Amino acid sequence: MVLLQTLVTLLYYAMVAGVAGIMIWNLVRSRDWKEEVLYVIVLVPFLLRLFRLK
Amino acid sequence: MIRKLVIAALGLVLLAASGWSFHRSRTLPEAVVLSPGVTEVKLLSEWFDGVRGTANDCNVYILDSGVPGATVFVMGGTHPEEPASRLAAWLLVENAVMESGRLIVVLSANRSASTVTRVGGAYPPDFAIPTEWGEQTFRLGDRWSNPLDQWPDPEVYIHYPSRQYLAWMDIRNLNRAWPGRPDGTLTERTTYAFMELIRNEGVDLFIDLHEAELQYPVISTIVAHQSGEELATYVSMMLSDMEFNMGMEYSPLNLHGLSHREVGDFSDAVSLLFEAPEPFLDATRGRTTREQLLTGKDEFVVRAGQAGLLFEKIDENGWPIDVRVGRHVSAILQTLEAWTELNPELPLLITGVPRYDEVVERGLGHWLHDPSAAPPEKVKIE
Repeated sequence: MVLLQTLVTLLYYAMVAGVAGIMIWNLVRSRDWKEEVLYVIVLVPFLLRLFRLK
Repeated sequence: MIRKLVIAALGLVLLAASGWSFHRSRTLPEAVVLSPGVTEVKLLSEWFDGVRGTANDCNVYILDSGVPGATVFVMGGTHPEEPASRLAAWLLVENAVMESGRLIVVLSANRSASTVTRVGGAYPPDFAIPTEWGEQTFRLGDRWSNPLDQWPDPEVYIHYPSRQYLAWMDIRNLNRAWPGRPDGTLTERTTYAFMELIRNEGVDLFIDLHEAELQYPVISTIVAHQSGEELATYVSMMLSDMEFNMGMEYSPLNLHGLSHREVGDFSDAVSLLFEAPEPFLDATRGRTTREQLLTGKDEFVVRAGQAGLLFEKIDENGWPIDVRVGRHVSAILQTLEAWTELNPELPLLITGVPRYDEVVERGLGHWLHDPSAAPPEKVKIE
């Protein structure tokens, strides 16, 4: 159980990092300011979790 | 490009502000000024190494009179969002002196749960108690261990060792994880560590402090393991006659994971659980604010009472924190008195702790001491 939890947690953090990376990449490539604002707002909870703040 | 940088900078400001707030909530230091009666402060990991270095390696305060008697263990902070439980235990550590027997106190039984608030609950991160030297701030906390310390949750929580099915989120609930196991989740390892403490220190009497919503039938009462039937009944009668109404209920034999059941089943200790009323927890409450937490006033909970939906009375005076803490300390004192009367060969005599009337009259803050005025070796951080 605890081993499974650890594995799932590691996979989860890898996914969070991956999705955050994709959002940063999309932010860099975007030409629409509304999209850029959206990416930044959506990115915040991902980074808070990645940095283990929330 | 400049536009992108400006938007990213605004995002970073948002991240920094929210991150700082969450970090502060998780790490806010809470000072404890040790009473002259505290003879030793240990970490929980001294009884079980499996919690060493984790968020739940909490302080264990020992007040040993050096005079033969029983050992009583008072636990606060099983559910940190029930602050009267932590504050009543706090009052013991800062003021109590044992005259015979030994008192063990924990203020943050589930320390991990004290570092997070209810996700989506809009809880305040902390609250402050006014004292004669200023305000003392405490973390509010939650009912469950912080998901940063234990995650993910299963679809169904299967309790060990009963294999009873419980609600999924209660796998992080300290009071559904007794008696724990050494290779379990953080919450299970924490209760296992407490069981090791109880067994190895020869604890005779265990008291777990709680608060409950007024819509919950188990309120203003003592829940007792069958081994504590006589003691709890006596305490309930004495308190109801002399100070305030206090009920007594049996711990159900087939409801597992709770301290009043498992501590009594898996150790020689008599296990009791005390419940005080906390309108902050009621689902029908209004705004979830610090004021509501401390005054216990809520017009919507009052209206629920008028509709006959509550198991405890409430009026415009609410349930202030001084009243709730006063109930707990008086219930503890009455329990020690009754224990001594029923077990004269194992006395538990305590001094320095106020009763209900005094706490209500002078306010809880009167018994919280200024850490800046105390010698550094007399101050611990929770």
